Formats: sequence, C-alpha cells, structure tokens
Amino acid sequence: MNIPLNITKTIHDWLFSIMPEGVATVTEWVIVAAAYLALFAVVGLYLVLLERKVAAWFQLRLGPNRVGPWGIFQTMADALKLVSKELTSNTKIDKFLYNLAPYFVILSSLIAIGVFPFSRQFQALDINIGIFFLFAISSIGVIGILLAGWSSNNKFSMIGAMRSGLQTISYELSVGLSMLTMVLLTGSLQLSEIIEVQRTGGWLIIQGHIPAIIAFMIFMIAGTAETNRAPFDLVEAESELGAGFHTEYSGMKFAYFFLAEFINMFIIASIAVVLFFGGWLSPFGITDDITWFPESIWFVIKVLGIIFLMMWFRWTFPRLRVDQLLTLEWKYLLPINLVNLVLMAIIIWLNWTI
Amino acid sequence: MSYFSDIYNGIKTLLTGMSVTGGYFIRARKGSITQQYPDNRETLKMFDRFRGEVVMPHDENNEHYCTGCQSCEIACPNGSIEIVWDRQVDPETGKKKKMIDKHIYHLGMCTMCGLCIESCPTDAIVWAQNYENSVYDRKYLTKVLNQPGSKVKAGIED
Repeated sequence: MNIPLNITKTIHDWLFSIMPEGVATVTEWVIVAAAYLALFAVVGLYLVLLERKVAAWFQLRLGPNRVGPWGIFQTMADALKLVSKELTSNTKIDKFLYNLAPYFVILSSLIAIGVFPFSRQFQALDINIGIFFLFAISSIGVIGILLAGWSSNNKFSMIGAMRSGLQTISYELSVGLSMLTMVLLTGSLQLSEIIEVQRTGGWLIIQGHIPAIIAFMIFMIAGTAETNRAPFDLVEAESELGAGFHTEYSGMKFAYFFLAEFINMFIIASIAVVLFFGGWLSPFGITDDITWFPESIWFVIKVLGIIFLMMWFRWTFPRLRVDQLLTLEWKYLLPINLVNLVLMAIIIWLNWTI
Repeated sequence: MSYFSDIYNGIKTLLTGMSVTGGYFIRARKGSITQQYPDNRETLKMFDRFRGEVVMPHDENNEHYCTGCQSCEIACPNGSIEIVWDRQVDPETGKKKKMIDKHIYHLGMCTMCGLCIESCPTDAIVWAQNYENSVYDRKYLTKVLNQPGSKVKAGIED
C-alpha cells in the first residue's frame, strides 16, 4: 500500500485530508491510471499524425490536411472509424490466443510508460530497478506478436512473427548492453537518481563523451529494431508478407497493435532521453531558477527530437534482409558494444569523465 | 582490415542518405509537389504536352483544316476514329472532291497514344488541355469533332 506516487503533492495531500487513508490510496491509483491511459491515447494518436506529417514532408507531400485545421483531428477520426468497425476473424484461428495477443502488446507498453519521470513530480512509479524493469517489460511485447502470428493460422503471419522474435531477441542484447554502459556512469538503475546525477555533472552523453556517443548510436539502432520500425520492419514487410503478424486482425484489435508500435517508439525515445540527454533537466540549467516552469516541456521536446530522428531513419533507409539484420547485430553491434563497455569502465576507472 | 573500413563506410553512407532526405525535409516548406485538386480547379493549368482529348480547332469562319484524308483513322491502333465522308462538288472549282461529313472520335476507346495527331498532314487535330473527361453515360464519350456546318479551309489541300 505504500507505492510512492509522486504526482503533484497537493492532490495527494488533499485526497488524504478528505477521506480515510485506504480509500485515498485507491482513489489515487485510479486517478493515476486514468491520467496515464489518457496520456497513452493522446501520445499514440498524435505520434501517428506526426509520423504521417513528417513522412509527407520528407516526400514533398502535404500530409493529412482535411480533418480540422492542418488535419489535427485526422487520427481521432481514424480511431473512431476503427472502433466502429467489425472485428472479423478467420474460422481456423486459435480463438483464445488470437484475442489475447493484442493485450500483451498494448499492456507491455502501458506498464513501461509508468516508470518515466516526466518531471520532478510527475512519475507514477519510482522503483530502484527502473532501467532493469523497462528492459524486462519491453521484451514482453514480443510475446504478443508471436501469439498473434501463431494463432492467426496463416503462414505469412507466422513468418512475420518468427522474424519478430528473432529480431527482438538479438537486438535486446545491444539495447541492454548500451544501457549498461550508461549505468556504469551513473551507478544507479533508478531513473530519478540517473537524472540527479546529470543535474550536477552535465548530461550523460557529455559526461561520458566517446563511449557515451558510441552507446547512443548503438542504442538508437537497436532501439529502432526493438520497435519493429523501418528499416527493421521485416516483421510486417508489406512487399513480402502482406501485413505480417496483424494480417488477420481488424478494427480495434488492429488499432492496439498499431498504437503499441508508436507507444514503443515513445518509450525508446524516453529511455534515450533519460539515459543520454538529462530527462526533464533544462539545457545549461536555464529554467532551474524558475519554479513555476513545467519541466516536462523539456522532456517532451527532447523526446520529440529523438522520435524525429527515428522517423528520419524510417524515411531514409531501405529495409534490411534477415541475414543482413543478423550480421549487423552479431558481427558489428555486439562486439562494438562489448568493447565500448570495457572502454567506459576504463574511463571511469581513470576518472577521465568530463 | 576490412572490418573497420566497413563500419566507417557504412556510417558514412548512412549519413549521406540522411543528409539527402533531411535536405528534402527542410525544403518541403517551399512548396510540395501535391496538387490540391478540387480546390484549385480555377487556377490549375495543364502543361503544353498534356494529352487531354483530341479536338479539331476551328477558326472564326467555322473552317477547319481536315481534308478527309483518313490518315488518322488508319493510324489509330484501336479504331477510335471514324470518318464519314462523301464526294461533293466543290463550289469554287466545280470538281468533285472528297469532303468529311463527320469526324467521329470515341474518347472511351482512345488510349491517348497520339498517333493520329502525329500522322495528320495538315495539323487539323490537336491535343486539348482539359482534364475532366468523366461523364455519366458512355454515349457522351462519342464525339463529333467537326462543328455542324463547318467546311475545310480553302487552299489547305495545296
């Protein structure tokens, strides 16, 4: 009953003043859950819109511009359409697993979003194994994809799902090792602690200079692969597999997969921001003295920057073949990462950090 | 050792690609290549070589350049052009002469290959720049290109 809920002290005190402690805690949980679900929906919908707009600008198009001013309600309209659609299914599917799969995917990304410190106060769960927890949760999503591919009873979905499993298991090594490189520098797995380290010593990418930059590059490559986005989207390679693992899904179940992909992108970008770019800390401490300034703005700006980088990857690079994917991971990223880890250890040992 | 040069070249080529697409992203504000079609109907102008449909221009005296030589009918690969002609007495010379009665053009069958226009010896038919050719009934796609009461311009056969 004493999970630390650090979101805005005032609401916390107010709730505890008007009702008994047990009821207040439960009410707080409900409010936090509702807030995070709302955040989840808004982030998902607007990332889809951002993706479409950015894609359009990369291709010298206009992008969605019909629904609302500059098309800002386009994805809302799309979501309403998907809610109202029939949930079709194949006759030969494995019913239980087929219906279970979207929830694995969406829940894993929902749980992961809870541990991020959006600002000094705005963090639902400040657990002391934050990075490890994120790393563990992010690999649950692949179970959903594997279940979806298996239960669809469709060979293309199956191939897509198996590719996803292969890809996630391979690239998780790189994600984990590059996170570990940064954890060497901070000496803590707790996300708020990691940000506190950066308040005094500068952002970690500057503190750790060369190995931190290498770790950041590896993290971006492996993180893009983790989210199954282009150029690593051979899970749903349209030209080869139809739509991959979600070929047989329609309506809201498809929307769950679709939203989860974008939320995963947000999660990877948030991890990168916390680990390399100081989370909600302002650059050079320019807003540290202004008490009313919402620090989450800095977090959102940095996350949008990283997300833009991932979209830039998507609209620039061609899709990898399966053997190229594995070569990149096992022959290049993994050895570089291991060397980088040793390099970071040496730099910390000799106190060469900036 | 090619391992490290591979990494170097890989990163270099990836950054080259990203600079190209990033350049496009920045320049996209200056004007996209998309036409906002139904909104810009008034101002949208097709380029000179656009192939809308085949038309026969007439001058102010309701005269055209078609001599009825049927080159276009022969050149058409799918029979979109039919020429109904007969021999009439030319009022100026008093000789019998081949004249078109109707130059029938089936837009529904036309593939816009342009062979008729290439083959026309007197440039009597040209491409129009109109682009909204859809109609509610197929019969509207069969067009008579020469206007009623028109005649061939004098001296065009010489």
